[in-house]
Amino acid sequence: MTTASIKNTEQYNYDVIRKFAIMTLVWGVVGMLAGVYIASELAFPVLNFDNPYITFGRLRPVHTGTVIFGFGGSALFATSYYIVQRTCQARLFSNGLASFTFWGWQAIIVLAALGNVMGYSQGREYAEMEWPIDLLIEVVWIAYLVLFVATLMKRKQPHIYVANWFYLAFILATALLHTFNNLAVPVSLFSMKSYSLFSGAQDAMTQWWYGHNAVGFFLTAAFLGMMYYFVPKQAGRPIYSYRLSVLHFWALVFLYMWAGAHHLHWTAIPDWTSTLAATFSIMLLLPSWGGMVNGILTLSGAWDKMRTDPIIRFLIVSLSFYGMSTFEGPIMSLKDVNALSHYTDWTIGHVHSGALGWVAMVTFGSFYHMVPKLWNTQMYSNRLINIHFWLATIGILLYITAMWISGIMAGLMWRAFDDFGNLQYAFIEAVAAAHNLYVMRAVGGLFFLSGIVLMSYNMYKTIKSGTTEQA
Amino acid sequence: MEWLMWFTKFENTKPVSLVIFFGLFCGVLVYLYGSKQRGQQLESFKNIPLQDDDI
Repeated sequence: MTTASIKNTEQYNYDVIRKFAIMTLVWGVVGMLAGVYIASELAFPVLNFDNPYITFGRLRPVHTGTVIFGFGGSALFATSYYIVQRTCQARLFSNGLASFTFWGWQAIIVLAALGNVMGYSQGREYAEMEWPIDLLIEVVWIAYLVLFVATLMKRKQPHIYVANWFYLAFILATALLHTFNNLAVPVSLFSMKSYSLFSGAQDAMTQWWYGHNAVGFFLTAAFLGMMYYFVPKQAGRPIYSYRLSVLHFWALVFLYMWAGAHHLHWTAIPDWTSTLAATFSIMLLLPSWGGMVNGILTLSGAWDKMRTDPIIRFLIVSLSFYGMSTFEGPIMSLKDVNALSHYTDWTIGHVHSGALGWVAMVTFGSFYHMVPKLWNTQMYSNRLINIHFWLATIGILLYITAMWISGIMAGLMWRAFDDFGNLQYAFIEAVAAAHNLYVMRAVGGLFFLSGIVLMSYNMYKTIKSGTTEQA
Repeated sequence: MEWLMWFTKFENTKPVSLVIFFGLFCGVLVYLYGSKQRGQQLESFKNIPLQDDDI
């Protein structure tokens, strides 16, 4: 017996999932539009229009905040509520708490974006929000934790499916990361400004312990939870190896926590922390690829679905990008490679091969599976899904190729010496040399943005033809 | 309480943590792959997502 033989007659709470699903698309379009705009500003600085509210410095955190927390966060709320209910055969513990997490989270995204545009930032990457918003995040996140755990506790299925383990690790780790990274003393009760509790190298290490684990738990572990449910569902066959998924889980959550300091190679941090972080980053390759192989081999014996099912194509290509970026990451964490890649666009390319290729693609695939089920209907157009797939894939390839070339070129130009031992190039020469590549990156982003706009239209038509009445 | 000072030295704590974590890793491996019966039971859980449509 793999599941409890209990007839479940209660309805699941799909209402909150529908709301989060819609906001995922809204924030996806807003965040990616901001991304394309700031990419265009880098190629054509005139687009700053001497207007402080739309300068790169202010819009960049609007972009990262809305795509990571607005798009990614809403997608995770939606899918975690969907998966935990269906695999536990239990309705969410509390409608009120679920609703609170929705409105609270949306308020956070809006306030964070407005704050950034107005010039408020505590200067911590992916955590630019000032202390009052940090406190709101804390409250909403604890509500999320309580709701998720309480739902797990009332499950009718004896075993907790592995996707839920990944989601729970993400919720717990994010709570820890957010709390410690944002320990700060406000200047006064009515001031948005605050000062970090840490200083100097310790502050930097705290920041990157947070920053890398935001990638590790928010953008990786949680989306693996999504993968472990939606890949088997869409493929119509179970995950390749359940035991491998358990091993994947424990190895991943243990190793990720130690890798953050690789963002600070060749800085004032102790050398051993740098080496430790690089070592753990290399070890991370094993569970990452174990998980990728587990996901891809789920399709064993049904490879024809790659040709016939565009949703499967999204999911499997997302796993391929997951494999590629988790190979690239450890390589970049090596000190010698990092000496070339750090501070260059290579890092931006790496982040986007993970963010667009893995996070966004697995979300698209999962949503194309989930949304029709939430509205008891079929997708409006499979052809549009297919077009979206190619727009997204071509967009990512343009983006990361431009950034690889631009990054490696800049790294090489910065370290080039002439015969007299002087720097061969001025900094601005490296910037000017990257112009065409910046244009290419913006075009790649535009492709990707067009894809999500098309998806939103497809979803709108799907939702319009559906019903929320459960049969 | 003098014995606690032993833990403040990296040359002591590093090998100890290595033994603990490597031991834990081996424990997970033995749990997952050490018993055929347990292995079959664990593998049966992979069907959970496919059965939720029937509920």
